[in-house]
Amino acid sequence: MIMTRARATPDAGTGGSVGTPDAPRPPNRVRERFRASRVLWLLALPGLAYFLFFHYGALFGNVLAFMNYVPFLGISGSEWVGLAHFERMLTDPEFWNAVTNTLVIALLQLVFFFPAPLALALLLHSIVGDTVRKFVQSVVYLPHFLSWVIVLALFQQMLGGAGVVNGWLSDLGASPLAIIGNPDVYGPLVVAQLIWKECGWATIIFLAALSQVDEQQYEAAAIDGASWGRRLWHVTLPAIRPVIVLLLVLRLGEFLSIGFEQFFLQRQSVGPETGEVLETFVYFTGFAGGDFGYAAAVGLFKGVIGIVLIYTANKVAHRLGEQGVYKS
Amino acid sequence: MSSSAPAWMGRPGPAVRAAKAIALTVVVILVLFPLWTVLATSLAGPQEVISNGGWVVWPRLLSFDAYADILEGGIITRALVVSGGVTLVGTALSLVCTIALAYTLSRPDVYGGKPMLLLVLFTFLFPPGMVPLFLVVHSAGLVDNYAALILPFLINVFNLVVMRGFFQSIPKELIEAARMDGAGELTVLRKVVLPLSKAVIAVIGLFYAVAYWNRFFEAIIYFNDQTMWPIGTVLRQYVTGGASLSEASGELAATSPQSVQMAVVILATLPIVVVYPFLQRYFAKGVLTGALKA
Repeated sequence: MIMTRARATPDAGTGGSVGTPDAPRPPNRVRERFRASRVLWLLALPGLAYFLFFHYGALFGNVLAFMNYVPFLGISGSEWVGLAHFERMLTDPEFWNAVTNTLVIALLQLVFFFPAPLALALLLHSIVGDTVRKFVQSVVYLPHFLSWVIVLALFQQMLGGAGVVNGWLSDLGASPLAIIGNPDVYGPLVVAQLIWKECGWATIIFLAALSQVDEQQYEAAAIDGASWGRRLWHVTLPAIRPVIVLLLVLRLGEFLSIGFEQFFLQRQSVGPETGEVLETFVYFTGFAGGDFGYAAAVGLFKGVIGIVLIYTANKVAHRLGEQGVYKS
Repeated sequence: MSSSAPAWMGRPGPAVRAAKAIALTVVVILVLFPLWTVLATSLAGPQEVISNGGWVVWPRLLSFDAYADILEGGIITRALVVSGGVTLVGTALSLVCTIALAYTLSRPDVYGGKPMLLLVLFTFLFPPGMVPLFLVVHSAGLVDNYAALILPFLINVFNLVVMRGFFQSIPKELIEAARMDGAGELTVLRKVVLPLSKAVIAVIGLFYAVAYWNRFFEAIIYFNDQTMWPIGTVLRQYVTGGASLSEASGELAATSPQSVQMAVVILATLPIVVVYPFLQRYFAKGVLTGALKA
């Protein structure tokens, strides 16, 4: 045990503040218990240091929201402004525009993205042949692993002004469709992109639930002469309802988390009026505009609402008799 | 899963079956066709691409000039090397740290184990904001350092929880028996736990590798030096950002700009498509059991 001690430490990095939960009071007991788990603590150390430094450190970094932060002056040299940034948010039309866009996209995602994987999962589940099902599953999982940059390059290639679809339309003599970069269809477009990328992967949890459905119920229903559609409605859907409700509640808990990269990459193409969402607002105000304090305030505002939503969602999920996300 | 259908699943009738077959075909085509045209365009000769208006579905003659051009050295080659390096080093570090922490958190009577777990799970509630995280990375002196693409993302809480759940599902008797025989925790981890966890390690490794390979945004805010950019960032600049690749890498007269752009897309996609089938068979086994428990 003593030999192995040194091996666990090398990449502990910057941290180390957690090392010893020293114990003066009942000295023997605690020290003994800690000694017993010494190796395990050493194993945990790099990971704990990571969380303390990057997560809790960033939590502390939120003080920027109450300052006029100037990178050159640092935190100690910058001026405290109290709640001024939050007051400014209340009357900033660009901020409210970002809030509105975020809510609209979140709502579109909820209505059109949420049911899509369920439908696809039902379709996949109903495939009888194993080979066919595995092939289709492999295909539909794949886009999840592609980056947003690649996905958007594919959409550009297909639907862009000089893309494949418009090429076909012009071959047919029809007028081209303006889809990419058209503010009027931006909402539906970003949801379509999300469905293309994530719908297949999101079926996994529904498929797992579907495989748990009691087969005897199907049998009974079939013997009673229930049609295919009636079995779906009266057996399958009630059986997986807890999973659907749980996922819905959790999704509501992350309502504002509509994603960042997808919107960051496309904001320019439709302009900020349509394309600005809260997180791009933070980026363009802070990093592009240099107004770090205000950007941090907007980020903190979104973060706090996020905590409230997730916490509420988990309470609701527990009440529904399901396990929440952070119940271990 | 038996190969023949149970009787009660029944035959839904020809109309429903036809509708299902059509729906599945459409889904598969919607996923694969865009990838196919990108590949086809990257392999088509310049005249064909230009005469067809910028894209090709079925190239008449194959040309690898676009690939030869961008792999000759220069910005794309360098970006691929950067991404490959970050992915290899990052995945290895992430896996080691995730396994180590997950193992400790999976053991029942670690001193201080409960607060440790809460400390980690609590971060679910507040993902670090963009500006505060920048401040941390900046103060750690990681600007213009490849570590800025790795260290802030070292452990993903979801992956950690899945890994811990998997370790907990390993029968206690196995671990206790090894401890009785005098094996230390590290030996137990190496000889008992890890060999049983190959599936989950493969899947979590894939998740980390894909995340590192695909990361592009951080390079924009952390690197002043564009020669340090990984492939995703370069791709954004020259493909979706609209900047011209031919301007960046000198003369590419032998190839059409569209072919070159699509070749870049293919090269950025290729590693994922190559690794994917090998790990795909683990998905059901590893992730599901862990994820459902989490």
